[in-house]
Amino acid sequence: MEYTIWILLLPVLSFLLLALAGMKMSHRVSGLIGTVVLGAVAVLSYMAAFDYFSLPRQADGTYATLIPWNAEWLPFTGSLHIDMGVLLDPISVMMLVVITTVSFMVHIYSFGYMKGERGFQRYYAFLSLFTFSMLGLVVATNIFQMYVFWELVGVSSYLLIGFYYTKPEAIAASKKAFIVTRFADLGFLIGILIYGFYVGTFSFTPTETGLMQGAMMLPLALGLMFVGGAGKSAMFPLHIWLPDAMEGPTPVSALIHAATMVVAGVYQVARMFPLYIAYAPDTLHIVAYVGAFTAFYAASVACVQSDIKRVLAFSTISQIGFMMVALGVCTGAPSHEGGLGYMASMFHLFTHAMFKALLFLGAGCIIHAVHSNEMSTMGGLRKYMPVTHITFLIACLAISGIPPFSGFFSKDEILTACFAFSPVMGWIMTLIAGMTAFYMFRLYYGIFWGRENKELHAAHVPHESPLSMTFPLMVLAAITCVAGFIPFGHFVTGDGLSYDIHLDAGVATTSCVVAVVAIALATFMYARSEQPVADALARRFPKLHRAAYRRFYMDEAWLFVTKRIIFRCVSRPLAWFDRHVVDGFMNFLAWGANATGEEVQPMQSGRIQSYVMWFMAGIIVLTLMLLLCM
Amino acid sequence: MNSNLSAIWSLHAELSLVAVLLVLFLADLFRRPEGNGRWFRVLACVLMAVQIGLDLTPDTRELFGGMYVNTPFTSVVKSILSAGTLLVFLQCGEWLGRKDTRHRQGEFYVLTLSTLLGMFFMVSSGHFLMFYIGLETASIPAACLVALDKYRHKGYEAGAKFILSSMFSSALLLYGLSLIYGTCGTLYFADVPSLLEGNALQAFALVLFIAGMGFKMSLVPFHLWTADVYQGAPTGVAAYLSVISKGAAAVALAIVLRFVFPFMEGQWTLVLAVLSVLSITVANLMAILQSDLKRFMAFSSVSQAGYIVLGALAGTAQGMASLAYYIAIYVVANVAVFAVISTVEQHSGGLTGRDAYRGLYRTNPRLTLVMTLALFSLGGIPPFAGFFSKFFIFAAAFEEGWWLVVFLALLNTIVSLYYYLLVVKAMYISAPEEGECAVGAFRCSPGVRVCLLACVAGICLLGLWSGLYDGLTRWAELLPFDKVLAGF
Repeated sequence: MEYTIWILLLPVLSFLLLALAGMKMSHRVSGLIGTVVLGAVAVLSYMAAFDYFSLPRQADGTYATLIPWNAEWLPFTGSLHIDMGVLLDPISVMMLVVITTVSFMVHIYSFGYMKGERGFQRYYAFLSLFTFSMLGLVVATNIFQMYVFWELVGVSSYLLIGFYYTKPEAIAASKKAFIVTRFADLGFLIGILIYGFYVGTFSFTPTETGLMQGAMMLPLALGLMFVGGAGKSAMFPLHIWLPDAMEGPTPVSALIHAATMVVAGVYQVARMFPLYIAYAPDTLHIVAYVGAFTAFYAASVACVQSDIKRVLAFSTISQIGFMMVALGVCTGAPSHEGGLGYMASMFHLFTHAMFKALLFLGAGCIIHAVHSNEMSTMGGLRKYMPVTHITFLIACLAISGIPPFSGFFSKDEILTACFAFSPVMGWIMTLIAGMTAFYMFRLYYGIFWGRENKELHAAHVPHESPLSMTFPLMVLAAITCVAGFIPFGHFVTGDGLSYDIHLDAGVATTSCVVAVVAIALATFMYARSEQPVADALARRFPKLHRAAYRRFYMDEAWLFVTKRIIFRCVSRPLAWFDRHVVDGFMNFLAWGANATGEEVQPMQSGRIQSYVMWFMAGIIVLTLMLLLCM
Repeated sequence: MNSNLSAIWSLHAELSLVAVLLVLFLADLFRRPEGNGRWFRVLACVLMAVQIGLDLTPDTRELFGGMYVNTPFTSVVKSILSAGTLLVFLQCGEWLGRKDTRHRQGEFYVLTLSTLLGMFFMVSSGHFLMFYIGLETASIPAACLVALDKYRHKGYEAGAKFILSSMFSSALLLYGLSLIYGTCGTLYFADVPSLLEGNALQAFALVLFIAGMGFKMSLVPFHLWTADVYQGAPTGVAAYLSVISKGAAAVALAIVLRFVFPFMEGQWTLVLAVLSVLSITVANLMAILQSDLKRFMAFSSVSQAGYIVLGALAGTAQGMASLAYYIAIYVVANVAVFAVISTVEQHSGGLTGRDAYRGLYRTNPRLTLVMTLALFSLGGIPPFAGFFSKFFIFAAAFEEGWWLVVFLALLNTIVSLYYYLLVVKAMYISAPEEGECAVGAFRCSPGVRVCLLACVAGICLLGLWSGLYDGLTRWAELLPFDKVLAGF
């Protein structure tokens, strides 16, 4: 399967071509190059997935881990070296399919969405760069390669959030995203260094002796790595960058901030899962608690946001929380004995990527039609945009967990895993699933039903988007309808053995009932053009409503910590030290160098006699020095 | 003496070089002297490329009863030197094609290749006589090269200065060798170590030897010829002297010190440490004051020689590998700078002052970018190759306990950054004196383009290609020192 290296090479070549020669091409050509290349990469990934899963299982019933291509890059010691390569195992292959599918759809969609934008070629170049980095991240053969590409996705995310670089909000958002995730990545790096130092390798599968040496330090190393994962996956309290990242173009939000990059943290935990289970189960449960709290927090904030992309952003945070919880509640690798969460998490990652990309792309169509993100400018749009309406509804049903859409199946597995861990966790997550259904349908009704902003719509009649934008919606909606029936447990499980997904009747019924009730409540509150209940509630609890709307003042809390505490107590003294001590030393060096330079200048007289004299003097001094030292 | 074909084959690097030299010599006889001679220059470059290709087979061989010792490490060093020479040839095309120099092209190539041949023998020698012959073969034609523009006042002055100081240093080096012969009774590298006892006479001989090599490498205080000669010599020749000649001398010095004087290590490391710190510091201080870029690069190269000595100072296999690695990277960066200086000189009627470069960014953006990258690499700014070479050479010296020397060298890199960035500042930021940049927009010849492209590729990629340093370390471990040491 050596051809898999092309999955990495093609996007980077397309990036180089578009970045270096893009400005000389027309929009259409550069977009076509990016899209066609990505299409080829997608086909290669499907081939890789097909070939990989067609291989016979090994004797122990698992799929073999293949490394079709690997190069030793920086060797340190016999076992400690940094490699660059391609690793194929069930989760990396699954991620290849997810990333290339969503990326390909986004490439097509952007043709319509970004039409006529300044910097169209740059946009496609960055998309290629991002896809390359993300693919490199998932096929990493070792933790350090993962880190390298991890930072690369951070950079491409930064570039794409700040794509509209003339808008101050976009600049601020891109900086925020970069700094927050970079800050979290510090934890990741320290974790990697601890891991490398104590276990003696950067490989995902260390040797027995290495593990014996490093067993004590593994919980700490994995915990620090999870800090990096929490930053990238927007776990509380490092989630603050994701809602702001919505300043980027909407297709970018769909690709990076919904389907692929933000689940990198989940992928990282899944990648290290065998080590977590064997050496750091407590750390794994911390992951679960962080995930559960994040899911709840984000869901409650999502209930009151009025910017549709912000609602979707918080919904993403909440859903990633679900995936983290599913991983965190695992108590063993086999699916029947506490390892169900691993499969559930990966399954949810897969289905969520599709329907969340669909939601974002749908939101893009809506924004394209009304030229605003605010729900108050929408309402009643179902008449104007039928395709967007239907596909959006499918995605809403999927995320709410209504059968037979894909979200139902994956969420049901997560809830089953949670109940197996502890009933409390199960009920909490069921409640959050209900909140999910509520805020998604609040959003749905707010956009397509509810109070129509007739004035605005009369001035500018909303219209359905062109085929280049609706086609990806239809494809993703089709996937969302059928993805639940994929025998996912057959491919990806915690211990690698095949597992037949079967629905737990009790859990399935409960979650369905909760979802239906939540949807009914949302219908009751938001479907009609007059919304007395919602308005009354907002009036009844003004403080709560306001706090939730301001995201429970998390941004303010961070600003307080950074501006008041870190800037004042750490940065100011450091700045003083830099300005006076470091710069002073440099200035002294410069002054000293200039002054002494003038002094030694006469040595260079231009006369050969004096040169010879210096030559002799040098020899005599050196000889004397040697003789005296001996 | 072994005279069968395989023994001859082990001299292939030198023999192929002689063949190239002879072909060019003959071709020059049949060339119309008034013609441009473009085909001749292309021929020279192609032959040189073929020669490099032929020599990429590292092996270990002793010839002529141990007078000639080839190891994989010296093979690699020879390849680096040949590649550097090829880069210099490429950049010299424009200068050689000029009306007043085109009839001297043949001389240029033949003289350059003769010096290269001398250096090959110098790094592969196993006997001091062989070493000295190599050294002189490398020195005397070099003086002719410096004086190639013999009708220019500065040219012949530089040539005269070079040959006079060269004679002086050779005489002293020879004196040192005679002292070694006098105290040991042999000049074979393999036999001398056991006979050295480190007495005063031998210490004096050691200092004389290091001084002679220090002259070739232009270490302070034996460097005083450098600035005058670089300024007076044609720019291409200055480039050649600053990288190839210096590199060969550094490798030869390091090999001889480790191979022949292992039991006087305490003495020569002390001398080298002093010379290294002096060279880096004094040259940096002088470089700040220079406004002529050729003089400036002369001092820059003196200070770079100081860094190179750090590799020899470490004396370990790691140190040798860092030294060769440093030279390889120094070659690409320095040749790039000289190529830019030389093309600007050719296209602007001889401007080499830093002030002439003000605003170059606006007239020649690509050339400016190349110059910037090369200066960054010389200054040691990551991620360019120069950072990695400095890093490895510092690491090698540090591991042997020379932390004070490394610290002083590190401080000096800050100063060096200052003066390298002065040039960058002139090109990008400073406003030209008379509204327009003194150097107009121009297009480089294809040869210069290829040279600059190769250099930029080297600057950007050599540092990231860890295999190079790895391979050098492995080959440096194969050097015959430890075999010698194990014998006693």
